[in-house]
Amino acid sequence: MRLNAEEKKMLRGDLGRAVQEALQLQFEVGKFFGAKRFVPVSNVHMMGDIEVMGDAGKSFLERAAQSGAKCRQPTTTNARCIDFAHVARLQQDPDEARKEKELIACLRRMDVITADTCINYQTLYQPHLGEHVAWGDTGTVIYANSVFGARSNFEAGPAALAAGLTGRVPAYGFHLDEHRRGTFQVNLKADLDDLADWGAIGKIVGSGHQDYYAVPVFSGFKRVPTADELKQLGAALASYGSMGMFHMVGVTPEAPTLKAAFGGRKPKEVMTISNRDIEKVYAGYDKQNNPLNLVVFSGPQQSLFEMKTLAALLKGRKVAKGSQLFITTSNGVKSAAKELGYLQDIEQSGAMVLEGVCFYILQNLPQMRVREGWSNLVTNSAKLANIIGAHKFNTILRRTAECVDIACTGRDVR
Amino acid sequence: MKGAKPIRVNRAFGAIVEGEALVSTEGFSPRYDLDRWSGLISRPGHALEGHNIRDKILITPSAKGGIAAGWAFYDIRAKGIAPKAFVFGVTNPVMVQGAVFAGITITEGWSADPYQLIRTGDIVRVDPQKKTLVLVRRAAT
Repeated sequence: MRLNAEEKKMLRGDLGRAVQEALQLQFEVGKFFGAKRFVPVSNVHMMGDIEVMGDAGKSFLERAAQSGAKCRQPTTTNARCIDFAHVARLQQDPDEARKEKELIACLRRMDVITADTCINYQTLYQPHLGEHVAWGDTGTVIYANSVFGARSNFEAGPAALAAGLTGRVPAYGFHLDEHRRGTFQVNLKADLDDLADWGAIGKIVGSGHQDYYAVPVFSGFKRVPTADELKQLGAALASYGSMGMFHMVGVTPEAPTLKAAFGGRKPKEVMTISNRDIEKVYAGYDKQNNPLNLVVFSGPQQSLFEMKTLAALLKGRKVAKGSQLFITTSNGVKSAAKELGYLQDIEQSGAMVLEGVCFYILQNLPQMRVREGWSNLVTNSAKLANIIGAHKFNTILRRTAECVDIACTGRDVR
Repeated sequence: MKGAKPIRVNRAFGAIVEGEALVSTEGFSPRYDLDRWSGLISRPGHALEGHNIRDKILITPSAKGGIAAGWAFYDIRAKGIAPKAFVFGVTNPVMVQGAVFAGITITEGWSADPYQLIRTGDIVRVDPQKKTLVLVRRAAT
């Protein structure tokens, strides 16, 4: 890997130990992937909370903060594991909540903007075509690459923090033109009227192609999708398929035509998704004779538009006795929803709206599951349905209005 | 084991390690599949459900989603339940960043299908410098 004068200084330790260790990490990762150089990044988004970092990660961060290290580029944080207003109600561990506060203080000392959202691309920063960024949370990366035409690899917490400290990343993967071309084609013949339908596509396509460098090109769709629909599609592709990029002909900036999306190459495969395929996804879930007493809208956090939809669906209704409905969003969206009256309609139903968190990384979730007698988790997020398995939930993907009906009746009409 | 040809890996990082192979036909995520307090594969229905990854050489075809994996490797290493190495068919940057950060050996790609040669319990050696995966001896039967 070629290093410029500044990078050599960093590696020598001239800019402090934290920067040196950060560049060493990036150098090794770059070598692994055959990167030839570094590229500067203009924005960083990192995951850092006590549930994912553990005590060891927290100690690492404390050492870095104590050394006086500061991020050189604007760096924001992803959703975390505690909404401090609800620690007592969710019976989360006060000791872990204290650690989370210490961790947040550490990040702020390092000039990290603790925005705590996994929808930064909707609420905080929209990079332009060709802009290099270093983002974490796979859903943010696939959105940046695909919808904005920006350039990022999946940057895990320590790697994103390293990018914040050095202001650069090794140039491999989606920073290079060669990995951004489509590899296979997906014809969308289904109606796709609900957010969950877009997530179901991500499940079908992602499960069959678990490869970071597989880039699907979507064509033939009946209607131009909204940002929230692309968010569900991307999050699910990244979750089921570990994918970092897709194209949609006539929609995403690097796919003005089918030919352009493939960059002159032929698709390795052409698949078609019909209404029947989507219905098969829904039919594949089974409540296993356990109660439907937990419904969750999270993973990714809800946009203001999704909050509006949920408010309309929940207005005047009540969550069924013995059931619980959770919604997670960002601080900014929750504030706006309050101003607009959406929050009141949602909360009057008995639903709990958490800010700055994602449901699946909630501190103490495994214990909460046992205590509350949860077995099934119903959601309109295909990503959430996939990732929460390690916590031993049986998940059920349903359309948005069906999820609200299940929350209010405890019954699934399917 | 004499006569067993080493498998070439395409990319590699870390120290040379030798240990018991844990062979999975299914992809792996430390967030989706693993109990990060015990080291047990905990996701119901995973091909390795109930197996412990501690000190093993985990051979798995693919990586699954999950940015949080980056901190998870460092966490399980500190807890003493990390595997000695990850041997992936295809991986993603998160796994590599996480393994490098935690100092765990990791490789990607293989010249020959390891599932034909290596079974769970066999002793194998991973050499990132030579970029090889070698069967040292068969599991005691």
